Parts: sequence; C-alpha cells; structure tokens
Amino acid sequence: MTTTSSTARTPMRTSRRRARGRQRWIGWAFVGPFMAVFALVLVAPVVYSIGLSLFREQLVGGTAFVGLENYGTALADPKFWEALGRVVLFLVVQVPIMLGIALVASLAIDSARLFASSFFRISIFLPYAVPAVVATLMWGFMYGTRFGLIGNLNDAFGIELPAPLSGSWVLASIGNIVTWEFVGYNMLIFYAALRVIPTDLYEAAALDGAGAFRIIRNIKIPAIRGAIVIAGIFSVIGSFQLFNEPNILKSIAPNAISTYFTPNMYAYNLSFSGQQFNYSAAIAIIMGLVTAVIAYVVQLSGSRKEAVR
Amino acid sequence: MTTRSTIRRWAGVAVAAALAGSLAACATPSGGSEQGSASAEEIAAALQKESSITVWGWAPQLEPIVEAFEEKYPKIDVKLENVGTGNDHYTKLQNAIKAGTGAPDVAQVEYYALPQFALSGAFADLTGFGADELEDQYTASTWGSVSIDGGVYALPQDSGPMAMFYRADVFEKLGLEVPTTWDEYIAAGQAIHAADPNAYITNDVGDAGFTTSMIWQAGGQPYAVENGTDVTIDFADEGSTKWADTWNQLVENELVAPISSWSDEWYQGLGDGSIATLVIGAWMPGNLESGVPDAAGKWRVAPMPTYEEGVAAAAENGGGGDAVLEQSKNKLVAYGFLEFLNGPEGAAIHAANGGFPSTVADLESEDFLGYESDYFGGQKINEVLVQASKDVVPGWSYLPFQTYANSIYGDTVGQSYANASDLNEGLAAWQEASVQYGIDQGFTVNGK
Amino acid sequence: MTTEATVTEAITTARGTERRAGSRQPRLHRSVRRGSTVQRRSILLTIVMGLLALYALLPLFWLLVNSTKTQRALFSSFGLWFSGDFALWDNIVQTLTYHDGEFVRWFGNTLLYVVVGAGGATLLATLAGYALAKYDFPGRRAVFAVVLGAVAVPGTALAVPTFLMFSQLGLTNTPWAIILPSLISPFGLYLIWVYASDAVPSELLEAARIDGSGEFRTFFTVSLRLLAPGFVTVLLFTIVATWNNYFLPLIMLSESTWYPLTVGLNSWNAQATTAGGEAIYHLVITGSLLTIVPIVVAFLFLQRYWQSGLAAGSVKQ
Repeated sequence: MTTTSSTARTPMRTSRRRARGRQRWIGWAFVGPFMAVFALVLVAPVVYSIGLSLFREQLVGGTAFVGLENYGTALADPKFWEALGRVVLFLVVQVPIMLGIALVASLAIDSARLFASSFFRISIFLPYAVPAVVATLMWGFMYGTRFGLIGNLNDAFGIELPAPLSGSWVLASIGNIVTWEFVGYNMLIFYAALRVIPTDLYEAAALDGAGAFRIIRNIKIPAIRGAIVIAGIFSVIGSFQLFNEPNILKSIAPNAISTYFTPNMYAYNLSFSGQQFNYSAAIAIIMGLVTAVIAYVVQLSGSRKEAVR
Repeated sequence: MTTRSTIRRWAGVAVAAALAGSLAACATPSGGSEQGSASAEEIAAALQKESSITVWGWAPQLEPIVEAFEEKYPKIDVKLENVGTGNDHYTKLQNAIKAGTGAPDVAQVEYYALPQFALSGAFADLTGFGADELEDQYTASTWGSVSIDGGVYALPQDSGPMAMFYRADVFEKLGLEVPTTWDEYIAAGQAIHAADPNAYITNDVGDAGFTTSMIWQAGGQPYAVENGTDVTIDFADEGSTKWADTWNQLVENELVAPISSWSDEWYQGLGDGSIATLVIGAWMPGNLESGVPDAAGKWRVAPMPTYEEGVAAAAENGGGGDAVLEQSKNKLVAYGFLEFLNGPEGAAIHAANGGFPSTVADLESEDFLGYESDYFGGQKINEVLVQASKDVVPGWSYLPFQTYANSIYGDTVGQSYANASDLNEGLAAWQEASVQYGIDQGFTVNGK
Repeated sequence: MTTEATVTEAITTARGTERRAGSRQPRLHRSVRRGSTVQRRSILLTIVMGLLALYALLPLFWLLVNSTKTQRALFSSFGLWFSGDFALWDNIVQTLTYHDGEFVRWFGNTLLYVVVGAGGATLLATLAGYALAKYDFPGRRAVFAVVLGAVAVPGTALAVPTFLMFSQLGLTNTPWAIILPSLISPFGLYLIWVYASDAVPSELLEAARIDGSGEFRTFFTVSLRLLAPGFVTVLLFTIVATWNNYFLPLIMLSESTWYPLTVGLNSWNAQATTAGGEAIYHLVITGSLLTIVPIVVAFLFLQRYWQSGLAAGSVKQ
C-alpha cells in the first residue's frame, strides 16, 4: 500500500515541480517570437552599426580600424552641428505650437460647448491617415508660387506671399506639413485622457464657483499631464528623426534643402550617395544617444512636476 | 527555403554582426573574373543557349530594343527594370555593388557617372570581349567618355552635344536677333526680361550637369585624373572663371527664371514662351514634343552661343551608354546584348524612338540629316545638332566620384544661385567640399 | 458615442493606471457627466474650431478637386475649384492602367504588407506584452530595457546596416525585406503590457490553471478576448505605420515589382522631374487620392469593432 502511494506521489510531485519550472519559463514562449524578430531587425543592425562606426573604409585604400575617430570627426563636424541645430530649432518651435493647438482643440471638444463636435474630432484627425509621402507631395504642389495654391492666392489677391520653399521659409513650411499631419493625433490623445477625469472633481469645483478656465488650469491640465508628457516624448523623437518631408521636398527645392538639412538626411546621404558608411553609422549612433537622453529628460521633468503636485 | 539553410543564414547574420568591419571589407565585388574575356564565336554560342539577364535602365528606348533582341535571340530572357532615374539609379546600383549581390547584368550609365563605377572595379572591362575594335562606330567624344585608363567600360548609346533651342516667336515679337555669342545672349536676356518681368531668356536654379557642360564649352578643365587615383580639382582655371563671370551677369541680376528644369512650372514656361531658350543636349527635341505639345511650330534650334564670334565650340550634356557589371554571372550574354543594344540594330531603334545617336553611321546618314521636324517648323534640326557633336571641345574628364560631387552641388554652387551672388564663390566651395571628400576616400587630391 | 477617441482612451487609461498604481480611479461613463452639467454651446468656439477643421480639410479638398483635372487643366485653372472638364473617371482609369497597371500591383503589395506586417506585428506585440504583464520569467526586466532602448535609435540610421545584412541573407528585393522589420512594434508591446496588467485579472489565469488549461489555450480562449480593445488599438497603429511605410521599401527594393504605393507614387512624381520622363502629375494626384481612400475607410470601418470591443472591455472591468 505504502509502496503504491509513494510511487503514486512521486510522479505527481515531479510533475508539479516540472510544471513550476515550465511556469517559470513559459513567459519566454510568448516573448520569444517577438524577441527573435526584434533581435534580427533591431538589435543586430544596432550592433552592426556600432561595429561599422569603429572602422573606416575608403574607395581607395580599403578598410582600417580607427577606434572612436569617427565619433571625434562627427563632434567636430560643422555640418552635423548645423543639422542638429536645425532640428532643435524645429523642436523648440514646432512641437509646442502643435501640442498647444492639439490641447486647445481637445479642451474645446471636451467642453461640450461645440456644435457638431464629432465632426471636428473626425475632420481634424483625418490628416493622420494620409501617408507622409502623399502629404508632402500634396503640400509641395500647393506651395508652388506659380501654379500652386500660393500662386493662385497671389494672383487672386494681387499679393506677394513669401515663397514657402525659399531658403528662409522652408523649415517653417516643413513644420506646417508635420503639424498638419499630427495635430489631430495628439488632440485625440489629450481628448481620451480628458474623458477619464472623474466627474466629482468637476462638480466639486463648480460648486465652489470655479470658472471654466480655472477648471481647465487647476483640474484638467494637471490630470492629463501624463498624456502631455507621452505626446511630448513622441514629438521629440519625431523631430530628431525628421527625414521624409525634407527629403521629398528636396527634389523641388534643391538649393533650400541641403544634403545635411537634418541629422538623419546627413546620415542617409553620407552612406547612400557618399559611400561613407562608417562615418554615417557614427552619426546615427550619436543621434540615437541624443534622442534617448532628451526623451528621458522630457519624461523626467514631466513626472517630477507630477510628483510635486 | 529549407529550415537548415535558414538556420545557416541566421547564423550568418550573427557572424556578420559580430565581425562588422570585416564584412564591409569583403563586400567588394568579386567573382566572374573567369569570364573576363571571350571570342566573338563564344559570345554568339552563348546567345543561342537558354539563359536570362537583368537590365537596369530608364531610357524609354530600352523597351523596344529589348523586344527586338528577344525576337532575334528567343532563348534569352531579358528582364528590364526601371529602378529610378539618374541619381536614384546610381544609388541602387552602388548599394547592390556594396552588398556584393543583387546587381543587374547590364546597367545604363551616363558618361559623368561612368568613371566612378569603372575605376572602383564595379564594371567589367569590355576589351576582353573585343569592344576595343568598335571605336570607329562611335563619335570621338562619346568613345572618349567610355574609354578610361586603357579600358572600355561601356558602349555609348546616346550623346548630348549641346545646342541652343529657342522660341522663334518670342525673338521675332521683340525684334531680337538670335544670339550667337554669350554677350548677345545676355543682352537678349535683358531685353526679354525688360519687356515682360515674367519672361526670361532661360531658367536656371543651378544644376551640376549644366554647370560642368558650360565650363566644358568654355574650355575649362577643372577635373583631371591620373592613374585613377591622382585627382586634381581646380575651378579657378581660365575656362571655369570665364563661364562663371559670364553667367554671373545673368544670375546676379536675376535674369534667369528661378524654375527647376523638368518641373511642372518649367514645362509651363516652355509652353507659354516665358522661358525663351534652352541651352541643352541634342536629346531635347523628343522631350519638347511630348512635354510641350502646345508649342509646336514655335521652337527652333541654333548652335550654342560662343565666347568668340565665329569660333564654334560645344560640349556634351547628358547622354550615356550601357555597361556590364563585374558581378554578372552571365557576362557573355550580357555583352552580346550590349553589342545589339548599342550596335547598328539597337541604334536604329533608339533613333526611331526619339533618341540622339552616338553612332557615326546614323549621324551621317542622309535620312537623319535631312529629317525635317514639323515640331520645329520644318527645320532640319539634325544638321545643327550633328554639327554640334563635331564641335565638342576635347580634353574633358569627370571625377572618379562625380555622382557624389554632383549630389553636394546644391549645398555649394546652389547657394550662389539662391542668393544671386558670385558663382566663383560657389564653385570654390564646391571644389573645397569635393577635395575634402576625395581625401577622405583615400585619393591623392591636388586642390590648387 | 465617441469614435476613434475611445480607442486612444484605452491607451491613456491603461497608462494612467500604470503610473498611478495604487490610486486607481474608476472609469466613468461620459453620459453621466454630460447629464449633470448642461453647458451652453458657444458659437465663437465653434468658429475657431471651424478654422482648424478647415486647415485640416483644405489640402484634402485640394486633392479631391485636382484629381478631377487633366494634366493640362492642372496648371491653367484655380487650384481650389473644379475646372471645366470633369476628368476624375478618366484619371482613375489612367492611374489604374498606366504602365500595365502597376498601380494595382502596388496596391496589392501594400495590402500584403499591411495584412502580414501589421497583423503579425500586432500578434507578436500582444503575445510579448501579455507575457511581460502576466508572467514572471528570467530576463523579464532585461527584455523591457532592451526594447525601450532600441526605440530611440533613429530608424533611418539603421537603414544601411539593415540593408547590408538583408542583402547577405538574400532578403533584399523580396517582400520579406519589408515585412520582417514591420513585424516589430515596440510601442504596441508597451501598450499591451500596460493594458494587460489591468484588463486580465491574475486570479482568472490561476483559475484556468487549476482547471488544467494550458497557458496558450488560456491565452487564446480567455485572455485574448479581454485584450481585444488593446489589440485592436495596436492593430490600428500598425496598419497606419505599414500603410505609410516609405523609407524602408525605398532602400530595400530596387525593382518596382514589390513597391508599396508610397514608393510607387513618389517614383511617378520623380519620373516627371527628370530628363526624358513623362510628366504625369494628374496621375500622381489621382493616385494619392486613391491611396488615402482605403485607409480612411479602414479607419471608419474598424471603429465599430473598437467600439464594441471597448464596451465589452469596460463591462468586464
């Protein structure tokens, strides 16, 4: 009897132990497929990039290990700094404007004081569905001073609008395209956050006689700070990675958009038209680090304010 | 794809990532050298066996030529791919060469880009297949463009001797003589713009190909290459300065329309006469006919204006040929195709489809010279254009990294255009950037 | 009831709860609040928002108007109104048949990339995000750190090494070169992770385990249904991302056979701006319109699913 019971117990115990072991590793069965593809399409290229950035390959003379030399060159490269400065300017001007408009729009829709508010929600969001390539082609046509919309307006009103694709305006014109594409998207993020603010907070404030603007300032905005930070981080990353819009516009504004207009364009042109793969990789890695640090700072400052509150 | 080969490939990635640098090193083109030469009989035999080749090109004439080739050699399957025009094409070509796989067997290449691919060993030297015996078939200037360092790296297809296309109606209306010198050209430019502030003698926002061709005509030789790696870049030579000083008078006074060539606005300007002339390659008539059909009968062609009255001078603008890739595993058929494409049969189809030939026989045929173009009001345009091909100033060469140099033109000379300032400064900046690149890439560069 | 906003709400709710773990706030039904505070509607505010809507819609209107014009009328008529001839049908037919109908082929390619790429990305992100939320396994923290860290590296910067690697593997010029990279959605992973930790009660999983259900069976029969709103949200974002994908196909594909619409359209546009090319701006514009229509329709169509999915999700909560 005892024998049977002991033999009966043993397999049960082991199977449970095995189950617990399997339990411990079962997560990997779920994560595995993602991580495998991830390793192939993201980790391997990053590692490869780091490797590339330590070498120098020349059209004449072959390949040599140069250590961190490419990084030194990049940090002393005025073109790199000019490109970086341009996206920082873009970031400082365009991102607040875009997020500001998005915030106002979301508050307006949330306020229940609009006629046809669902129409506004959908129509302002619609440009997000337009591929960046199509958006840029479209705006590029409209920016034309002769046969584009700008030209039409000039003719119709006998005015002389500044040429959107001239050197001094082209960054603003790109900012306009990006704002157009993403203002609705950010608006929806804010709006969704506003919708989950508990009603009792409002009611209490309204009973205290707080006006609409005080409610916005003291309740609504603090409550969606998290969403604002997230939107901010995505916009920062987006600005640093600016590429499609200027690269497509370059074909119609070759003198206004240089080959090093943004850091990403610089890296692209270095490798694809200049064959300087190694230097290009170094610039890419630097930009990755800069982006990560700035996104982290935005997140940190956002959450600190929240903690203070 | 079997599982095992997949695993091996994945393992390959890991190794590739780990040995990052060495991978880049071994990506230089290799293989196929055993096919570096063949007799005419061997090539003819290869064309009778089942095989296929891939051709990358964007010239509209390629399609009918490929059809004719496949009809003549039914066992050969030619896959024609348009991977982009000009720079996009070269970028993709360069990528495939860098990657060591994926390049076509035959690629279209413009003369300016050829040295880059020839000197880096990406294109096969065709002398081993007997290409050097074809010299007499082609004009001197195009043959000069494809023979580099004692090798032949492409066969010429079309050529672009420059001429001046102009709107006869605009000159007539203003009572202007058709300019024969650049001084007269500038004077006409002032008159046209004075009569109508929306009208210009020509458009120009800066274009590397145009600039180099104009310097070529002025007798400048800013680029010199010896032994493939000793490079001289000098945009302060007499010819370059002569062009820049002349063209400055138009650019600094904003007498050229700020319209990019090939843009919608450009076609519009060519159609309504607000762009009165085009100094451009001889392949232009077909483009005018298809792009600006409304202006039929209004355009004429004349020799390019010159610096000295009565001393004819021209340059090549655009045009190119086709090359066999070193990566190709089917070089005999590729070369066989090239001989068809760029030989008499291909050239005839090319010319019939609006191309401007580089073959002497076609250029001098009665039919070709005597052709009266309805679009040009019955003018025998080819007489003018063929004469231009004979007036091309000899001695020009491009850089072994010309596609890169051209890609940074907008950053440098383009800025002079954007600011309507001295072109000499822009050229100096272009020189500096090109020299720097050459040094970075290991060339011995003399910047002067 | 709200439309796409409801979907994004899922994100923010999930994120909000994650951040303020402990002080979890109840999700409130909007109708309650609407009922309690009756607001005056403001004409001024509506006008201001009208201007913003005009800004958003004007370019789309421009696109619609100009896709009805012939190549010639494009340059000779006012951009914001129709010209004499209404050539929309002609243009559509030309767009679909130009160059042996390559547009249709590109359209099919794009659909393939969206179905396999976005679908696969959503599935992988859901599996992985769910595991991060619900299983404690060795290396869990490392997984998350690596994924987040890699997001900051600019995608275009990785283009060259990815291209070189893929050509070694013989993947360039095949659909896999587009599909494989789009299978990864770190944002989707993050979203599912925060969503799952809230929406799938651990007690439920424990109960399923006691019933003897395998982990994968539990996932597909129980958890996935609870995750539906998050799943659909991720699907939306990945669909948009793959539909808009431009840069990667641009460098990975050298031959037009496998182009998606974005790259194809730009090649049409580039063709007109280079020597010897035929100007087909009217087709570029009509093609752009045709490119936008399906994704706008998909947006509106998928909304219903999100709505019901969300409703179900909030009841279960």
